[in-house]
Amino acid sequence: MRAEEKTKTKIVRISIVGFGHVGSGVAEVVMRKHDEILRKHGLDLQIVGIADLKGTIIDEAGLSGDEIVRFRAGRALKTEVDVDMSSLELIREIEHEVMVEATPTNVTNGEPGLTHIITALKSDRHVVTSNKGPLALEYRKLMELAERKGREIRFEATVGGAMPLISLIRENLAGNGIISIKGILNGTCNYILTRMTNENLPYEHVLREAQEIGIAETDPSKDVKGIDTAVKLVILANSVFGIDATYRDVKVRGITEITPDALKLAKDAGYAIKLIGDVDIDGQLEVTPRLVPVSDPLNVGGTLNVATIRTDLAGDITVIGKGAGSIEAASAILSDIIAIYS
Amino acid sequence: MKISMDIELKDIPGQLVQALKPVSDLGGNIISVLHQRDRKTASGRVPVQLVFEMEERRLDRLVEKLKAEGMHVVSIGKERLKDSMVVILIGHIVHSDIRDTIEKIDSTGFAEVVGLSLSMPGVDKKSSAALVLSAIGKKELKEALKILEATASKKGIMVISPI
Repeated sequence: MRAEEKTKTKIVRISIVGFGHVGSGVAEVVMRKHDEILRKHGLDLQIVGIADLKGTIIDEAGLSGDEIVRFRAGRALKTEVDVDMSSLELIREIEHEVMVEATPTNVTNGEPGLTHIITALKSDRHVVTSNKGPLALEYRKLMELAERKGREIRFEATVGGAMPLISLIRENLAGNGIISIKGILNGTCNYILTRMTNENLPYEHVLREAQEIGIAETDPSKDVKGIDTAVKLVILANSVFGIDATYRDVKVRGITEITPDALKLAKDAGYAIKLIGDVDIDGQLEVTPRLVPVSDPLNVGGTLNVATIRTDLAGDITVIGKGAGSIEAASAILSDIIAIYS
Repeated sequence: MKISMDIELKDIPGQLVQALKPVSDLGGNIISVLHQRDRKTASGRVPVQLVFEMEERRLDRLVEKLKAEGMHVVSIGKERLKDSMVVILIGHIVHSDIRDTIEKIDSTGFAEVVGLSLSMPGVDKKSSAALVLSAIGKKELKEALKILEATASKKGIMVISPI
């Protein structure tokens, strides 16, 4: 590489829409890794706007860490960055390159994420998202729009959190035919089943415990009924297998009926019971508790996620990683942002 | 008695019929025939797996007849159910007639329930069970699982099968 190319840096202006767990994690890692990314990739990442239910802050020259922390804490901002502007206005009117969509998943109609993403693409922004709803419902439409606008939409954070899966398949395993993907894609269910097995405790008890320590939500139904896993399978079906599937195509059964006795019987026979999401080339999509041999790489415990990708050339490849968490999801989003420019 | 038999035939026309005829001549009822042309032995013979019902006392006579026809009888009976799998059931297993559930598998002729451990925590509570299914081959084992799943689904029992 010639010297002048190496020193050429590109300013990448970013907006973050949805400033909860994931959104604030993104702001944190963009700040923390700014100099390293500039040095290694020649990208000068600047957060120029953040919108949330709390309000909107903007600074076209790049928000400072201080301003972001104050916004996060919800304290009144007396600075000129605090503006009366909706999230859509931020997306449309403030000049930037990448919109990070990190509002909560809604599998009924995909909103507000769906409108955010469509608006961003129409305004010529690239989109990086952790929001599963819009992709699970309108994958084709969004990809076609991105294609028409010559923009990218990347969504590694939607499946498996920090665990690289979609980019691994698209980039590193390019040339391989993918036969199936099987795995544990929900850390909450994995935690509950692992704990039930190890402590011989009933489901309700472990669920309450998980809620107390923040691993399960107050309304845990999306996780324990397998809905979250199903939505992730739909995204994999569309993005990896090119199957035009929606949530309704998935056969779903959760973990609420699993008994400690069943876990014990399985263990005695050399198996663990795990909530497995399974999608294959023939378009079969299923989420159901399965017996996993204790020696199988899919048998990981705690809140870990895991997926085995069956390929025609490379054989089976298994990835294990942290499926949830603010910084973990932000890691996937950051990799997506960098990948747009590499 | 249900008997399975592995025999090897010469790869010439008419051999399979020649092998099956003595079975029916001796009053046997053929349940399944697996003619594995794609798995020829080193000596070029075609392996055939037979499963049939027959009175045990006629078995020796059958073997004699087959040998007289130039066929190799490789094994008889004991290794009939070659593939097996564990499945876990959760639900009102006993009260929904477990005998009927097992019978649905056993009556196929190609698969059987060969093991059962049951755990019943209380009268009103759901039971859990580990069931071992065995079958004459992988395909039959899958078929047996399907039958079990269909039966269990009607009874509101959850089936957890291996990946």
